[in-house]
Parts: sequence; structure tokens; C-alpha cells
Amino acid sequence: MNVLSVINISSLLLDPLSHEFMRRALMVSALVGAVCGLLSCYMTLKGWALMGDAVSHAVMPGVVVAYALGLPFSLGAFVFGVGSVALIGFVKQKSRIKEDTVIGLVFTGFFALGLVLVSKIKSNIDLMHILFGSPLGISLSDVNQTLIISFFVVITLLVFRKDLMLYCFDPTHARSIGINTGLLHYLLLTLLSLAAVVGLQTVGIILVVAMLITPGATAYLLTDKFNRMTILAVLSSSISSVIGVYISYWSDIETGGSIVLVQTVIFLIAFLFAPRYGILKVHSSIKP
Amino acid sequence: MVFSNNQKENKLFRIEADQVCVDYNGTVALYDASLKVVEGSICGLVGMNGAGKSTFFKALMGFVRPSRGIIKINGLQVSKAQSQQAVAYVPQSEEVDCSFPISVWDVVMMGRYGSMNLFRIPRESDRRAVWHALERVDLIDLRSKPIGTLSGGQRKRTFLARAIAQRASVLLLDEPFSGVDVPTEKLMADLFLQFRQENRTILISTHDLSHVRDFCDLVVLINKTVLAYGETSKVFTKENLNMTFGGLPPEPLFGSASSQQEDFS
Repeated sequence: MNVLSVINISSLLLDPLSHEFMRRALMVSALVGAVCGLLSCYMTLKGWALMGDAVSHAVMPGVVVAYALGLPFSLGAFVFGVGSVALIGFVKQKSRIKEDTVIGLVFTGFFALGLVLVSKIKSNIDLMHILFGSPLGISLSDVNQTLIISFFVVITLLVFRKDLMLYCFDPTHARSIGINTGLLHYLLLTLLSLAAVVGLQTVGIILVVAMLITPGATAYLLTDKFNRMTILAVLSSSISSVIGVYISYWSDIETGGSIVLVQTVIFLIAFLFAPRYGILKVHSSIKP
Repeated sequence: MVFSNNQKENKLFRIEADQVCVDYNGTVALYDASLKVVEGSICGLVGMNGAGKSTFFKALMGFVRPSRGIIKINGLQVSKAQSQQAVAYVPQSEEVDCSFPISVWDVVMMGRYGSMNLFRIPRESDRRAVWHALERVDLIDLRSKPIGTLSGGQRKRTFLARAIAQRASVLLLDEPFSGVDVPTEKLMADLFLQFRQENRTILISTHDLSHVRDFCDLVVLINKTVLAYGETSKVFTKENLNMTFGGLPPEPLFGSASSQQEDFS
């Protein structure tokens, strides 16, 4: 009985690995989860959830244009991601409209442009893949691009780890000791655009913002140490990506939705049971 | 840098502002502000909300560029002084995100970032500076606590320790006595005297006059411009204070100097 169930579980886990597309999907999803999870710590601490939503939607026309021109889609996404943020800053500065309104206005405009372009430029772009992701159908060149972007994002985050943390925590101090905070601001936005690009391959444009905030929010409930927060965010994000892909395979459900749902469930568990900040405060008597 | 000979002890000017004007998109925040503060002094910056205190701080930190006039710190341009870690800003406790997952030690270590390499890897000397700074503000025992668990006074001391670790010669303090407990206030008063002995200069922005009277050697009264500055006993007159706090509004020099409602913080 026991032996049988072990065999059962191991076949559940291992059988999918016999397919090339599943191995690829699992690897890419775990990697994307890790990259987005790492960045999500900065997004949640800086309070950039809305900005993440905006940038991830605004990359849409960039992806379409890049595909149409045969350029790497990350390039198009990057240009439009950073461009949207520059536009947000410009409109905010030059008008009396409040920032959240400007953000909403700009990203929906970009997104609409993307939709129009997809319908006009008849190519082999599948709208559904952009909107909802398709880790099970990812091509080899996309895998390579994801690897390169992920490597760049992670290395940059590691090198500027402390400066970015200081920038999120106390930009005034950062500036007063001569650190170029404008540069850090745009660096973080660049990383956000790039992470949105890799994220949209697994969960799609609409849900990528979840990858960019949920793991950070979950980790934030679990610890008071920044380093530990990044580790927890990376772990929870890549583990939920892997679980999400498996569930999607077994029960034939939409992969992006499955990944984000797993993330949300993990967040809910932390929200309820986190040792110190969970609403049930399971170990409230034990001091961390 | 020329030192005037009539300056008795040949002291260095920590802060020199000469006819500084700052405006934000046409709204004048500060005009013709001139003052000189020597090393080893505690200087109170007194004025109403929106009188230009925070603007003056921002100009000293290089966040706003004066539209006219010159600011020098230790005889250097602001940006030069900054890269030498000369200026430290001690924020009000409410200005920082206290739920940020960071310990007291790490906050104070941020004072050393400017002197570290790109990766901000602390050397032994950085660790010693942080330890020493924490000792001076009496927070050694709380060094590994997250800042979210501290009291307002302890948080204030944390940021003072960061300025000490930075080895700044000019300290800008925004309302340092608001919301601190009595022990912290005492400790801060002692620290300020020590800073003066170490030839640092402290600029305290406040509208709390009793603290200025007790702690400050020099006072600067501002309302869009420097109304008066000098030794506390001489400047703190009734007429001067009336002028600072809603007595006579100053002559508008450029455009709409009369709009006083906004505080640029």
C-alpha cells in the first residue's frame, strides 16, 4: 500500500518530465519565478505595485512591434516599458492630474495600442499567448532570451542590492551622501520592464504583476530581515511556479492562472499563519 | 578660500550661503538668503511652516539648485562636499518607512555606504565606526532589532548614529525634539555639545523656541529670506520673533512671494 502510493506519486511527478516541452516549461517557470520573486521584494517595499501593473501592460505594443520587425521581443518591451514610465512622469509633472490617474491612463492607452496592433499586423503572434502566457509552448529561442535576460536582471540586482535597498528605504539619505538616485530609479524601472518581459512568457501580460508583487508580499509577512525576505520570495515564487505547471498539466487547466493561484494560496497561508504578522499569530508567545 | 582676519580664531565656515534664491516653477520659496555658520556651532533655523526651512535644507543637500546665489559647505561646492560625506540629514521619525525589514545595525551601516566600494561590503573599519556610533547613542543592546520595534526616541537615535558613522561635519536635523522621550532628549543634548567640541556644525530646523533658547549658540530666523541671524541672545528679541511669526509679511521681491501656505516637504 505504502510502496504503491510512493510509486504513484513519483510517477505523477516524473511522468511529465518525459516530455521535452514539460521539462522546458518547468525550468523556465522556475527561473522566471525566481527572477520575478527577487524583484518583487523591491516592488513591495518601494510601493510600486501599480507601477508594476502599468509597466507590464505597457510592454504589449513593444512586444508586437518587435515580433513584426523580427527583433528580439525583449528589446521592444524594454523600449515601451521605460517609455511608458517616462510618459507617466512627464504628464504628471506638466498637468494637475494625480499620479495614480496618470498611471492608469497611460498604461491602458499603451495596452489598447498593443491590442490594435495585434489585430492589424497579421503575423504568427498569438494574442492569447501574450495575454495569458504559454510556458508549455515556449520555443527554444525564447528560452535562450529568457536565460540571458534573467541572468542580467539577477546579476544587476545582486550588484546593486544594497544601493537599491537604501533607495527604497531612505532615498533622501542616499542622495545626501552623493548616490545618484535618479540612476537607481531608472535602473529599477529597467529591471521591472525586463522582468515583465520574462514573466509574460509564463503567466502572460495580464497576470505578470502578480509575479512581481505576491512573492514579495508573502515574504514580507514572514520576516523582518531583508536578506531573508529575498530568499523567501525567490523560494515561494519558483516553487509555486513549478507546482502551478504540474497542476496545469495534470488537470488540464490554464497554466498562468494555475501558477498565480498557487502563489495567492501561499500568500493566504502566510496571511493567516505567519508567526508574527499573520492574523492568527500562531506562535505569538515566541519572540523571533 | 580666504579667511577674513577679523574672524578671531580663524575658524572654518561650515556653511556659507550668499544671496540664495530658490523658486519652484515661478513660486518663490527663498530669496536673498545669506548666512555664515562657523565650525563647532549649534545653529537653530526658526520659522513657520512654509517659511523655507525645508527648502533651505534641500538646497544645502543639493536637492534643489538655487536660481541665484551660491552655497558652500566647508568652502566647497555642495556636490563636492557631498561626495566627501560632509553632510548628513537626520529625518523626522515619521518620514521613514518604519515597517521596512531592516535592523538598527544595517541602518547605521548605511552611513558608511558613501565611503565603501560599489558592492558596499563593510570593512573592519566600517564595522568599528558603526559600533562606536551605536555606543555613543546608547543603542548597542538593540543593534540587531528591526527598526519597526523601536520607540520614536530610539529611532531618532538610530538616525543620529548613522550621521555619526558617516563622520559628517555638517548635520541637518529636522525637528529633532518632536516625539522623543526625556532620556533621549537628554542624550541628544549631551551629544550636541560633544559634536560642537568635535568642530561639527549642527543645523536644527524647528519651530520650538524653548529648545532653541536652551541648545543653540546661533539662531537664523527665516520667513522666505533670512530675517536675522547671529548669537541667540542677541537675535531672540521680541520684534525679531514677531517678524518671523506672522508679524509683517516681507516685501515681495519676485512675483508671488505672498503665497505662504505650502510646505515643500
